[in-house]
Parts: sequence; C-alpha cells; structure tokens
Amino acid sequence: MPDFGDSFCLGAGAADIVDFQRGRVRAGESREQIARQRQHTLVYKGTETISMNTRERIKAVEIAGVSKAYGHFQALQPVSFDIYENEFFTMLGPSGCGKTTLLRMIAGFEQPTSGEIRLRGADIQGLPPHRRRVNTVFQNYALFPHMTLEQNIAFGLENLGWEKERRMSRVADMMRLVHMEKFAGRRPQQLSGGQKQRIALARALAPEPEVLLLDEPLSALDLKLRQAMRDELRNLQRQTGITFVFVTHDQEEALDMSDRICVLGDGQVQQLGTPADIYEEPSNRFVADFIGETNFLDAEVLLVEGDNATVSIPLGMTISAPQKHVGGAARAVLSIRPEKISLPAQAGQISVDGRIVSANYLGGFTHYVVEAGQTRLRVSKRNSQSRSGMFEVGQPIQVSFAAESARVLGA
Amino acid sequence: MSARRPLFGWNVLGLMPAHVIMLLTLIVPVGIIILVSFSTRGPYGGFDYIFTIAPYRQILFNEGWTGELEFNPQYLIVVGRTLLLALATTAICLACSFPVAYFISLQSRERKVALIYLVTLPFWVSMIVRVYSWIIILGNNGVVAKALLALGLPDIGSLLFTDTAMLIGLVYSYIPLMILPIFASIEKLDPALVEASHDLYGSRFTTLRRVILPLCAPGMLAGAILVFVPCLGAVLEPTLLGGGKAMMMGNLIQLQFGAARNWPLGAAISIVLMASVLIFLTVRGLSAVRREGREAAR
Repeated sequence: MPDFGDSFCLGAGAADIVDFQRGRVRAGESREQIARQRQHTLVYKGTETISMNTRERIKAVEIAGVSKAYGHFQALQPVSFDIYENEFFTMLGPSGCGKTTLLRMIAGFEQPTSGEIRLRGADIQGLPPHRRRVNTVFQNYALFPHMTLEQNIAFGLENLGWEKERRMSRVADMMRLVHMEKFAGRRPQQLSGGQKQRIALARALAPEPEVLLLDEPLSALDLKLRQAMRDELRNLQRQTGITFVFVTHDQEEALDMSDRICVLGDGQVQQLGTPADIYEEPSNRFVADFIGETNFLDAEVLLVEGDNATVSIPLGMTISAPQKHVGGAARAVLSIRPEKISLPAQAGQISVDGRIVSANYLGGFTHYVVEAGQTRLRVSKRNSQSRSGMFEVGQPIQVSFAAESARVLGA
Repeated sequence: MSARRPLFGWNVLGLMPAHVIMLLTLIVPVGIIILVSFSTRGPYGGFDYIFTIAPYRQILFNEGWTGELEFNPQYLIVVGRTLLLALATTAICLACSFPVAYFISLQSRERKVALIYLVTLPFWVSMIVRVYSWIIILGNNGVVAKALLALGLPDIGSLLFTDTAMLIGLVYSYIPLMILPIFASIEKLDPALVEASHDLYGSRFTTLRRVILPLCAPGMLAGAILVFVPCLGAVLEPTLLGGGKAMMMGNLIQLQFGAARNWPLGAAISIVLMASVLIFLTVRGLSAVRREGREAAR
C-alpha cells in the first residue's frame, strides 16, 4: 500500500471517537475503497479503468448541465459531472474560472441559471442553504466572534434540534478530533489562523453533512501550516468518510490531497481525473500549462494515427508521440515536462545539442534552462547523493527525452 | 491596562491647547453652574453669592412661611416623566431604526449614499421649524385628527400638548442618531457570518436573532446613548408640543432661568440632570470595562 496514514498523527484511535453512521460507509470500508483508488493512481491504466471503477459508486453530488450567468457575463458554461460518495474531490482552476460559483451553488448561496444539482439523487433546486445537508468551510473561516468555540460548533446542532446532552458530547468529540480540547471556553479572536481553521472544520463536520464544501480553506495560512493542514484534511476525510468537495487554485494542494480533480478554466471543465491522470495525460494545453511546469514547443502536425501524432518541432526533427485532441489541425503543441528531459543525454532517446543558460539550485532539485538553437528548454534534475554532477552555466551539453514521455496537444 | 500618564507637566506641553479648551468650555462653565446652584436667589433674577443648599432642598420640598418643610412632588414628577419619555423614545427609535438601517445596508452603493443622505437631511433644517411643523400636524384641525375622522374613528380631538405629542416629537428629532450607528455596525458585519449561519441550518429568524442582532449590539448601544442623553435635556419638544402643561427637565430648567427668575433652582436641576447622565454612562462604562477584563483574563 502507498503512503497510508504515516503522515500525521490524527491516528486510528481518533476515528473511533466520531461515530459517523446514518447509512454512510463506515471507516473501515472507506479505507479499503481509498486503497483501491490509490492503487489505480499508482498502477496507472488510463481514464477508462477509473471510470469503470467509479461507475458502481454512489453519487453524492450530481452536477447536470449547470451554468451561471451574471447579467451578460457568463461565469460558468454548462458543466456536468458527478462527485462520488466518500471522495476527496477537488475543483481546481485559476481565479475567475467559476469554481467558487459552483461551490456556492452546491451550498445554496447562489442559484444556477440553468441545469440541476442533485444531492444523493434528490433535486435540491430552490432549497435554501439551511435546508441542505451540506456544510461549508469558508475561506476566512467565518467563525462567530460573539460565541465561544464550543458555541460555534454547537450552532448547527442546535438548529437541527439536537438535545443538549447529545450536542455537548458531540462538541467535545469534535474539539478532540481537531486537537483543540485545550482551548475550551475561548473565543475565535484568541486563536491563530491554523486554530481557527480547525474550529471551522469541526463546526462544519459536527452536523454530519452529506457533503463538506471547502472554499480555499488553506489560502490564508502560512506555507508550513498549509502543508500540515493538507495532511490533516486528508486524514479527516478518511476518518469521517464524508465526501469533501475542495476548491483551490493551488495545483500542488490539489495533486497532494485529491482522489479526483476537476480542472476548470474559462468557465468550463477542462479535464476530470485522478491527479496522475491530469499531470501525465493533460487533455489540452490549458491543463498541461496550469498543472505543474512544462515546455511547450510549436509543432507542425504531419500525421495523426489513432493515439499518436507525428509532428515536426523547431528543434529540427520529426517525432511521433501520444496525442490528445489534435484532430485535423495543422498546428499543435508538444509538451514535455522538465523532469522528463534527461541531462546529460541518455542513449536510445531523442537527443538535442544545447548550452546551459541558467541553473537554479533548489536543494533537492536543480532547475536548468538549456538553450538549443532558438528554443529554451526547462530541465529539472534531481540532485545526486554526492555534490558532484552539477552543471555549470555556459557549459555545452546534450539533453534527451523519450518520445513517449512527450504529448502532442491541440493548440 | 496601560500605565497611568500624568495629565499635566512638561511632557504633555504639546497637549496644552486641548487642556485650555477643556478648561474654558467644560470645567469653568460647570464650575459656575455649581456655584450658582449653591447661591441665593436674587430679587429680580440673577443670584447673590450667599451659600445655601436651599435650591436643592427646593427640588423636593416646599418651604413654608415659618420655615417648615412640606414634601412637594411636582419636580419629581417632571424628572420621572423625563426619564420615562427618554426611555420610551429610545425604545421606539431602537425598534424602528434596525429595520431601516438593515434595509439601507442591503441597497446598492449609490442608493446607500442617497438614503443615508436622506436620513441626515432633517439636520440641515432648523430644529425649531421642524418641531413647529408637528404642531400643525397634531393640532386641532391637523392632519392626524382629520385623517382619523375621515376613517370614521372617534374624534380624539387634539393630540397637541400631551405626553404623546412630546414622544412623537422626540422620536422624530432623534431617530437619525439611532439609525446612523446601527447602519455602521451592520455595514461592518461580515456577510460570510450570515452565510455561515444559513449554512449551519439557521433559518432567517435564527440568523437574525443569534448572529445579526448580537453583532450589531455595539451600534445599538451607541445609538441608545446618543438618543437617550439628549432626550433627557430636550427643550424644544416639551416647550412646543407639551405646551408648558406637561414639562420635561429641559424646559423646566429653561423656565427657571427665564420667566421664573430662579437661577439657583435652575442650576440645581441642571446639576441633578448632569449627575444622572454621568451615573448612567459610568455604570455602562464600568460594565463594559469589567466585561473586557473578563475576556482578557481568559
């Protein structure tokens, strides 16, 4: 099994504290499911297998042809996709791509201009936010400043009509779940950003929502804390078995935490798949550009044969590489990830003569820029165990890449 | 708490102008009023500085020819009426202002500016004119009486020169002072908090009761003070709308310095009024300090 449960100490014990029943998949089963999913991520087999796997699963949220327009401005084109039960689902995209709008429509704060949103199969069109069994973790936490932390967490439970005893034990459980039991009786103003974040999570998780919506919850935290909270969020999702719908513009966050990612851009779904799917097999130039780093080379399409395309690139050669959505276009782009380029060149790969124009040492990696003719290539090289093997600026060098690791994408 | 700083001395020399202004406009006049309140009434108005506590005694007792004291509640009734009217005005202003302020805060930016301007507009017109217009509205052949008649309701005659008339006038005069601070506090309210409340299954009413109102409490308190305090000292409304039949402390004081020519009694009532306001504000200030202290101690 991959990196499972070794990251943070929320631990197995804490899972027993919270009794998430009500017909939901219980903690044990959810782990199995995730393990299965993770295997797909590792033993990468392409989109078909994943969708076969997910087809049997229960749909938590169905987005069916949902669009949103503000006056003449079309914020979101009609989009359709499903979010499955017990999934860490991320909507990723640059600001203004419509991801927050979509999240707010699921929560009920905004109404879709067209289309339908279903929650566990039930149409929730027209239901006000307080009648939807979803809870939101807001970007700036939105904790009630006039209430103690416990009152904040109990707020939703009171509105649902929970009895006092049940409410109080639930609040205590939630405080423990997010490691805040020492802060009993405090008010939000007395907390740091990370602590507020935990209380916001506890407050949203306490009423056992069918879906938890997270609106860029980590963006207000500093880097180190953000890293720790990622692991914590992932663990919380596993423990509770609640479907998380996470909105972010940070691709690294998305890759790290998600079971599946929906990449949104220009108000449309650009690609939907596992993190590995999206990184390794971007469906178009937008996705390749937005997720991770890549080199784009202008390519003249010579021949398209099924999943492969033969193109001529400015490095002065013709190569045949896997293609996506090139169609009958004459021009396309060739995308090569910086870490797929070998420095120095390896035998059996396509090699290019060049010169190193810059080298940025980043600890674990060094980022080089190699100039080959008119083309500049970004190359990322893992630093070796000894300090040898560094290249110097100005040094002539030969780099290489395998044609299979490059992708021809519709421009 | 910050360390105590000296009020006077070389290090506060730069603040001397402020001290001078305070001295000339606050301490000296109040000192004079206190002095007058302990003086003897002059034969034709004014006062002679012969120390006596008679003016204060006079608030509660009549002095007979032989010097015997007889309890006289007439001034206490005025004090009571003033407090009641001030409280009622504050309560009515509070109840009416919140919906108005909330409505304004929901408008677009341009309309907000326009509506706030409209709220403050009466301040640009002389207070006397504005209060005077109520005489016409409430009077014998006024709009209110005629409207009630036209609706077939019993003739209530003139509302003028009653406590109700004063109350209407007071609410009218001071309601902008309530709307503005409440509006400010609603504007400061983070809309995400309202959304969070809805998100956590709070209905509109729950959200209003448990989130919006508590978070606007500071604005409502500020508004309450801004309305209550000037109501205590109101002169125009009781004079014009109460007609001298139903007095409030404000016009009682005015009367003593004017027609009644009893400056020491007027000064004494002023001091009582000022003291009651100070007590009210001190109690509220102390409770706020204590609350903050409790919170900081956590």
